[in-house]
Amino acid sequence: MFPDQFLFGVEVMLNGLMAGVLYALVALGFVLIFKASGIFNYAQGVMALFGALTLVGIMDGQVPFAHLINSVFGTDVHHFGWHVPAFLSILLVMVVMVGLAWCVQHFIFRHLVGQEPIILFMATIGLAYFMEGFGDMMWNSEIKKLDIGIPQGGSMWIEEATSFLGGTNFYGFFIDKLEIVASLVAIVLVIVLVAFAQYTKQGRAMRAVADDHQAALSVGISLSFIWVLVWSLAGFVALVAGIMWGAKSGVQFSLSLIALKALPVLMLGGFTSIPGAIVGGLIVGVGEKLFEFLIGAPFLGGATENWFAYMLALVFLVFRPQGLFGEKIIERV
Amino acid sequence: MFDQPESFVTSDGRTIGGVMMEMKNITLRFGGVVAIQDISFDIREGEIRAIIGPNGAGKSSMLNVISGFYNPQEGEVWYKGERRPSMKPFEVARQGIARTFQNIALFEGMSVLDNVMTGRLNHMKAGILSQAFWYGSAQREETENREVVERVLDFLEIQHIRKTPVSRLPYGLKKRVELARALAADPKILLLDEPMAGMNVEEKEDMSRFILDVNDEFGTTIALIEHDMSVVMDISDRVVVMDYGKKIGDGTPKDVRSNQAVIDAYLGVAHD
Repeated sequence: MFPDQFLFGVEVMLNGLMAGVLYALVALGFVLIFKASGIFNYAQGVMALFGALTLVGIMDGQVPFAHLINSVFGTDVHHFGWHVPAFLSILLVMVVMVGLAWCVQHFIFRHLVGQEPIILFMATIGLAYFMEGFGDMMWNSEIKKLDIGIPQGGSMWIEEATSFLGGTNFYGFFIDKLEIVASLVAIVLVIVLVAFAQYTKQGRAMRAVADDHQAALSVGISLSFIWVLVWSLAGFVALVAGIMWGAKSGVQFSLSLIALKALPVLMLGGFTSIPGAIVGGLIVGVGEKLFEFLIGAPFLGGATENWFAYMLALVFLVFRPQGLFGEKIIERV
Repeated sequence: MFDQPESFVTSDGRTIGGVMMEMKNITLRFGGVVAIQDISFDIREGEIRAIIGPNGAGKSSMLNVISGFYNPQEGEVWYKGERRPSMKPFEVARQGIARTFQNIALFEGMSVLDNVMTGRLNHMKAGILSQAFWYGSAQREETENREVVERVLDFLEIQHIRKTPVSRLPYGLKKRVELARALAADPKILLLDEPMAGMNVEEKEDMSRFILDVNDEFGTTIALIEHDMSVVMDISDRVVVMDYGKKIGDGTPKDVRSNQAVIDAYLGVAHD
């Protein structure tokens, strides 16, 4: 039998992996847009929030802009009084995300073609705050419960099956079913995305645009179409992240802050690498949980999860600035 | 022969058709700088048309006008008997006008095969669902396009490097891959921007041979830009000569070679 302490460590690591999946999902959205257009999308986290908010809103039959409507027309409407099934709602939100992608391209980035990266970045900050405000106005700012029927709570099956590993104080690994589902969904999502990029016409065009804009134009690829496409894909990824995060801790505006955790993930994985985003996410997830368990809680007074990822990113920036999988930066002199 | 509007057969047995593209009084300005000034010429079906001139003559600008990367302030572009409205480069490409670039624009991260496959993008019509489940039209299309690409690779003798990432290839081969990508699009007009720039003699000879073979084998109309006069004279049917944004000569290589203005532009002329 293993010592209990070791088994707890393993459990912490498993939970870290699950948390890492969510970081990886958000980071993946960043990478998609960054690769294809060179835009660092600060609004990725808010897109996750917006997706989750819209999903809850549609499922619960909330009237969008209820506050605005009520104050202008003196009415008192809040709900349509119907409930939309989860599956149908998700499809509708996907349509909304495509619409959002189109708007972003049509109203913002179409006018900023050829601008400096910092200008594009500032534009996404503006977009992030606009969307946060818009989401608030549309669906109001209460914390909402998101229940699309994903099982929750610890998996008894895993606990029972693993309890024999330790002594009498060990009851088996506690792993939330929600996190298992989230991981499976994330794996499927990544496989679908990679297959899309590798084997479809649109995916090939997407990779072409990511590589060289001018060459892409010369073979007849419409850049604006591809940009709408990648923003849509990033929107879907954000939606999945938003659903998982929302199901776990409720849909609230702090959800948009998970975008910041994706930054160290990107530093680790490299800004242009999809496998990098995934591995980076897992490393950050496992790293911060293990560090807290082994060093943080016993020696540093805990709460190291808040800064560990950023410290790790800093170390990476010094020793391997291109990240684990990023292309090596070679400047020709 | 070129003064007659109908098609005719050249002495080496190629058929030159009617006018395919016509530039009418094109003027292109960048701010106060006039890059192209009131230039007109046409490109006939099946011919190899060269645009030559010293550095800074406006040749590349002209090619960029044809391929839609620049829109001229004045003048009209006529294609297949219709006036072409101002277009984006990708729309021009979709009309069957493929091009290469002076400073090679390849997808460096992809293999040679993938690069050349992008040339087929506009020939793929299958819907996303069909592609997702890999049935019917998607599968048939992929196979067809793959065959075309393999033929092109074979034709340009780059079969052996098909799986190599483009970034690892030497300059001369990259130029050939770029030509392959343009050719894979099965273009009506192929635009080559200094296809021999930066090449050694042997590579230049190879490239000349490929250009001639492409024209001969597929009957592709080719418009190319060069500043190396000698190569161009050997391979082209007709030549436009530009200098300082103006057209100073237009005709068969023989005509152009004996044109005094052209000789002056290339050799320099004493100003007194």
